[in-house]
Amino acid sequence: MSSVPKALKYSKTHEWVREEDDTVIIGITDHAQTMLGDLVYVELPELEFSFEMGQECAVIESVKAAADIYCPISGEVVEINELLLDNPQLINEDPYGKGWLLRLRPFENDFKELLTAEQYTKLVASEAH
Amino acid sequence: MGKRTPLYECHLQAEAKIVDFAGWDMPLHYGSQLQEHHQVRQDAGLFDVSHMTIVDFTGRDVSLYLKHLLANNVDRLVPGKALYTCMLNEQGGIIDDLIVYKLSEDFYRLVVNSGTHDKDLAWLAKQAKAFQITIKERTDLAMLAIQGPRVRQKIASLFTPAQTQLILDLKSFHAVTVDDYFVARTGYTGEEGFEIILPASKASTFWQQLVAVGIKPCGLGARDTLRLEAGLNLYGADMDEKVTPLESNLSWTVAFEPADRDFIGRSALLEQQLAGVRYKLVGLVLEGQGVLRNHQKVIVDGVGEGEITSGSFSPTLNKGIALARVPVNTKESCLVGMRGKLVPAQVVKPPFVRQGKQAENKKNLVI
Repeated sequence: MSSVPKALKYSKTHEWVREEDDTVIIGITDHAQTMLGDLVYVELPELEFSFEMGQECAVIESVKAAADIYCPISGEVVEINELLLDNPQLINEDPYGKGWLLRLRPFENDFKELLTAEQYTKLVASEAH
Repeated sequence: MGKRTPLYECHLQAEAKIVDFAGWDMPLHYGSQLQEHHQVRQDAGLFDVSHMTIVDFTGRDVSLYLKHLLANNVDRLVPGKALYTCMLNEQGGIIDDLIVYKLSEDFYRLVVNSGTHDKDLAWLAKQAKAFQITIKERTDLAMLAIQGPRVRQKIASLFTPAQTQLILDLKSFHAVTVDDYFVARTGYTGEEGFEIILPASKASTFWQQLVAVGIKPCGLGARDTLRLEAGLNLYGADMDEKVTPLESNLSWTVAFEPADRDFIGRSALLEQQLAGVRYKLVGLVLEGQGVLRNHQKVIVDGVGEGEITSGSFSPTLNKGIALARVPVNTKESCLVGMRGKLVPAQVVKPPFVRQGKQAENKKNLVI
């Protein structure tokens, strides 16, 4: 069973969101990295780009497949994890820590659309059947 | 539930991620496909390839039969030697690619793909009608591949000194029988190594012995990136019944001489040569970052269009690489349609990697 930290919020498309003061950090879940397998390429957005909720904001590719990352909330990019560009496997090794993707400054408080850890765990379980 | 090899329990014990492959429950990886890839390039890896189809042919006419059936010529073989060949239909299309081993004048062994099992056996039987031969599929056997630069030093403790010497003395594409083990110096990774056919009942014990000497289990995921780096075609992706060996970088496997050997597909290939072969299979190396994928469109300026037949990521080169079928006049560069963008790629003659290192990528001016 993959790990789903209680403190985070989740999207239906397998991103996680961590609130930190007035910004949020976004990554992909342990379940998502397991499904994709070894990651070999990450394409991140430029700073100051803005995204709507659900808009494609990054691309990650494993040996097996390419996956779009959908922005789980709307906001402006204030930081990207440049370490991933040379070492995409950080996402496999530490999806909730060193494998974070980007930091956003949210436009509005639309967190209520996101899932709790419990709801996300149920979603993963239901997708497995 | 799919079909299972005699090593299925070994895979579960090694925590394999099991996936369906041509109806078989096979290990995709045992944790990390990339680590397994490097394991084979730098050390020694172990693959269960028991899903592949092993067929034995015996009888008075077996040489005559195989000379008719196969595009390469088994007259090139002496007992203990193997060759790689295609099996063609009358139109020159590739029914399958395979390795044929000559064991004696009236005994040959073919190893064909698992994905083509049913149609291959039907074709083999259909073509056998005019010949005095017996065809027997060997479902009682398992098959392992051990591949990598340190395989040779690691296997010494598993056999007697005399047996070890026989195995280490094997030349490329030669095989020897050691007790119940049929050991061939062949593989699908571009590294040194052996493929071993043995009784299914002994497979799991032997697997554990190989693991104990440090030859680590590797899954089909690594097998695919290894073979792609080595520039080896995959049936069903890089070739099928709609293309001929002449369009698949496999002209070297077709024996047109002697001219009186009338193998199936010969006249179609000669016609194609006369009319002019229009496509060729080449290697692509992505110039920027990213991963090439099967079926991406290839655009060659002023020449025409082609398609990627096997695209992936090369863990050894850290670049996107692919095999692609392109117009025969394609020179050294092209564009690939990737996720809505056109990106430049270099056209090279495979392999991309030879024995652990980047191959000298000859620019594709001559093929």
